[in-house]
Amino acid sequence: MAAQSSSSFTPVNYSTRVDKVGTRPMVANLMRAIIAVMLVCLTLIPVVWMGMTAFKPLKDAITVPPKVFFTPSLEGFVNLLTQRRQLNGAELDQFRQRTDLNWADQIALQQQQQIIGQSQFVSQLINSLIIAVTSTVLSVLFAVLAAYAFSRFHIPGKDDLLFFILSQRMLPAVVVTVPIFLMYRQVGLYDTHLGMILLYTSFNLSFAVWLLKGFIDEIPTEYEEAALVDGYTRLQAFRKIVLPQAMTGIAATTVFSFIFSWNEFAFALMLTQDKARTAPPQIPLILGSGGVEWSTIAAGSMAFLIPVVIVTFAQWRHLLRGVTFGAIRKG
Amino acid sequence: MATIELKQVEKKFGDSFAVKPLDLTINSGEFIVLLGPSGCGKTTTLRMISGLEAVTSGNILFDGKDVTWLHPSARDIAFVFQFFALYSHLSVRDNIAFPLQAQGMSREDIKKRVAEVADMLKIEHVLNARPGGLSGGDQQRVALARALVRKPAAFLMDEPLGALDAEFRESMRAEIKRLHIDQHATTVYVTHDQIEAMAMGDRIVVMSNAVVQQADTPTEVYNNPSNLFVARFIGSPGMNLIEGHYADGTINLPGDNRYSVPSGWRSVLETQLASDRRVIVGFRPEAVQVDGTGEINSTNYATDLHGGYTMLHLQLDPDTIVHARAGRDMRYQLSETVRFTLKPDMVRFFHPETEMALKQNGMKN
Amino acid sequence: MSNIRLENITKKFKEVTALNDVSFSIKDGEFFVLLGPTGAGKTTTLRLIAGLEKQDVGHIHFDGELVDELPPAERDVAFVFQQYSLYPSMSVYDNLAFPLRSPMRQTPEAEIRMRVQSAAEKLRITHLLERKTGKLSGGEMQRVSIGRAIVREPRVFLMDEPLSNLDAKLRESLRVELKHIQKTQNSTTVFVTHDQIEALTMADRIAVLDEGHILQIGTPFDIYDRPATTAVAQLVGTPKINLLPAVRQNGHLLIESSTLKLQLSDDVSLPEAVSTGIRPENVEIMSDGQFSGKVALIEPLGVETIIHIRIGEQTLISIVPGTTNLRIDEDVRFNIAVNHLHFFEQNSGVRLN
Repeated sequence: MAAQSSSSFTPVNYSTRVDKVGTRPMVANLMRAIIAVMLVCLTLIPVVWMGMTAFKPLKDAITVPPKVFFTPSLEGFVNLLTQRRQLNGAELDQFRQRTDLNWADQIALQQQQQIIGQSQFVSQLINSLIIAVTSTVLSVLFAVLAAYAFSRFHIPGKDDLLFFILSQRMLPAVVVTVPIFLMYRQVGLYDTHLGMILLYTSFNLSFAVWLLKGFIDEIPTEYEEAALVDGYTRLQAFRKIVLPQAMTGIAATTVFSFIFSWNEFAFALMLTQDKARTAPPQIPLILGSGGVEWSTIAAGSMAFLIPVVIVTFAQWRHLLRGVTFGAIRKG
Repeated sequence: MATIELKQVEKKFGDSFAVKPLDLTINSGEFIVLLGPSGCGKTTTLRMISGLEAVTSGNILFDGKDVTWLHPSARDIAFVFQFFALYSHLSVRDNIAFPLQAQGMSREDIKKRVAEVADMLKIEHVLNARPGGLSGGDQQRVALARALVRKPAAFLMDEPLGALDAEFRESMRAEIKRLHIDQHATTVYVTHDQIEAMAMGDRIVVMSNAVVQQADTPTEVYNNPSNLFVARFIGSPGMNLIEGHYADGTINLPGDNRYSVPSGWRSVLETQLASDRRVIVGFRPEAVQVDGTGEINSTNYATDLHGGYTMLHLQLDPDTIVHARAGRDMRYQLSETVRFTLKPDMVRFFHPETEMALKQNGMKN
Repeated sequence: MSNIRLENITKKFKEVTALNDVSFSIKDGEFFVLLGPTGAGKTTTLRLIAGLEKQDVGHIHFDGELVDELPPAERDVAFVFQQYSLYPSMSVYDNLAFPLRSPMRQTPEAEIRMRVQSAAEKLRITHLLERKTGKLSGGEMQRVSIGRAIVREPRVFLMDEPLSNLDAKLRESLRVELKHIQKTQNSTTVFVTHDQIEALTMADRIAVLDEGHILQIGTPFDIYDRPATTAVAQLVGTPKINLLPAVRQNGHLLIESSTLKLQLSDDVSLPEAVSTGIRPENVEIMSDGQFSGKVALIEPLGVETIIHIRIGEQTLISIVPGTTNLRIDEDVRFNIAVNHLHFFEQNSGVRLN
């Protein structure tokens, strides 16, 4: 106690004297509001622009000067999600008379094309979802258990182990992709969902253990001990008492893990081909034939962004507290 | 040494008052204690006197000179913090010398002065040590030495004993008080501990909810609290406060008890109570006299030894417990009947609506 | 309810010995207080009884039955912590019901409701039952914690400084209520505290611990009136006992560096040099007192006044009821109640009389 108190020198704080200077608070508040609005606009414009482009007809997306007002169209999305073939003159006339065409077919027809199937992007999005969700669930599950053990039990060599776990994260992805590629090809994990899930899980785990240990350390042990004395087993106490209180940390870890798995590019590019290929390596390849289809690219980016937004907002309630309290304070 | 005057000093944070307009004169050489629960405005008041906090309105005068907008360093005050605020990278000697170096005093004079205060506080043996290694008591002595060394116009102390263990607190309390008697420096001392306030203060300023409830000598605050808050807050336990109805010289108390009001108070109650005749009877635990023929009837709820005396907790009804101080050999079984009377000169009465003490003619205020 | 016996308990944490060969018994229905400074080993003792820690050496018996190998859940004890034992995500009702719903008990909901209600009434928290515990004040939280122990009707209540985080006024009132509840239920209670007033006022018996050893076990009267060592003497009583070095000289006791010379009764046999303990209430100020000194300091506490008296180089602390007319630096005469003196060996601090 002595050492602690001697270093806690109370700084002299003059900031409160500012109120004597008497700036008119109305003006100050207005200025603050204007600056805030400007900052928000500055950061949101690219996102809004992307959203607008996704709904522009192909030719409106490349006009100079850019159009701010336009007739919304789903051309970009249709082109993103389908495979089409060019129709010749005779077929065109025939198609124009058909009445059984749905809205997507109509849009394709305007480009003189016929939809002949799903594009690869759909299956890549589904791959991304399967791999990201599974690896996130697995890494958070294992990490909570590991973090609880590290936080509560006496483990020989605890500090070394924790460092070892973190060291998993130290090598940049590009350095290890080639060896992993060789190993995966040998054991048949190349271009498989399982391979990608294992890889992402082990990558996320190190970071997740550290993050969650910080959160669990902050939960007083008295909570569990009270439950132990009240007639519950360690595992029941963990499930009923620790887990609900660790929700903030779990939410934050979930979001971070999901974002990593969802966005990962280098491994996905090297270790998948088509069966298990995820969306990130594919998005740059959306560039269509005959000119850049900006609407299609924007639509692809939008489709890719939505799951992250959903996951983040689903955890919003926990996250706000988690990120500001646990993560930052515990570092 | 300075006289400190606060004139209609107030502090607002946004729309809420930290301190409502307050008038207070602290005489030169006086030891004033600002006492109250956390959030009552006592620390804010102290910080306004020091200049660490700006007043929202009102004036602060040192010896008649307006210092309201002076920088803290220009007010010639010394501030002692709860957490000592010692510089851990400097030796004790340099910590004490620090304020003098700031004044540009010569080396010889500094040495002489540091030796003087070190002797006064009996910390010569730790002068070369770093503050981190010292006990809590010694750290606070060093902090006091650093305050004393400058001979400031006033000492401002913010819960200086709050961080000490109970065993040091009692003796440090006496040391600080004795130091004040020898130095006679104007001192403003903030605490939430009513025992500390009683033991140390020449006068106590009891605050609650940003308002001064009473400013008076310890004895007066204890014996004649101005309202229910002060009656409850001062004393351990606080004053017994029991509501009843007054009629014809007696008050009906819980548990079918009747209390005969001392004759000197009857006219006061008759003129000052509202038409519903409700009144709160207040008496300290030592005003209770256990007496087999006493008019008030109770059962023993709990009895406990406090070392030199015993405290009886007597139940009038399930919601009313009276604390009574008694000789240490008084022992009762649980739920045993105990009858008692009240010492007539130690009974006080309060108005249940205004919560203010009723005053007899000739009483102060 | 149960009696508890600790037999030659030793507990080490790495190199530090928290408890060293400690043995004592707690009687059925007793309010037993473990009193001592930080690091004395009192909380460790409590956690060993609960089964939250395991002793290195020794045995613990409940009602003569060995419980060393039983996990906490099977010992049927209730533990009240200093703080942090309420589950913030649950309502007060669910917190109180939590132990009853444990897989070991699986009490029917109707009975749970009954027992929660009755515990809530005892602790005056009925109006809080629907609230989330995160929104309660400190005093309310601790009432709920105690309530959660009461609903269980366990063999033993274990309480680890449950009042120390509350403000002084709340502490006083909860102290009295807790003692009343314990007495009406006649529950075996082990209560840990570092606050001597809590120990004196609540306990049937007190065990004073220091550095893993028991210094003394006895009733509050035993501890206050016949402290076994100087450490115990200084631990209990406010203001603190006067402890002064003295030498014996033909039937008298001379307090060193002072003018005090006490007449000894014939039946005390003392070594040459002793530490003399004088409780402040045994220094009685009276105008025809035998001794004289100078008033160094006056501390009025309202109900009584503490007076510091200079006698030579020493200071003697006296406590008198009510207020005083004495002034600082004035001469004062006083008597000392010689039959209430405490004598201790000067080196070891062990009681001599």
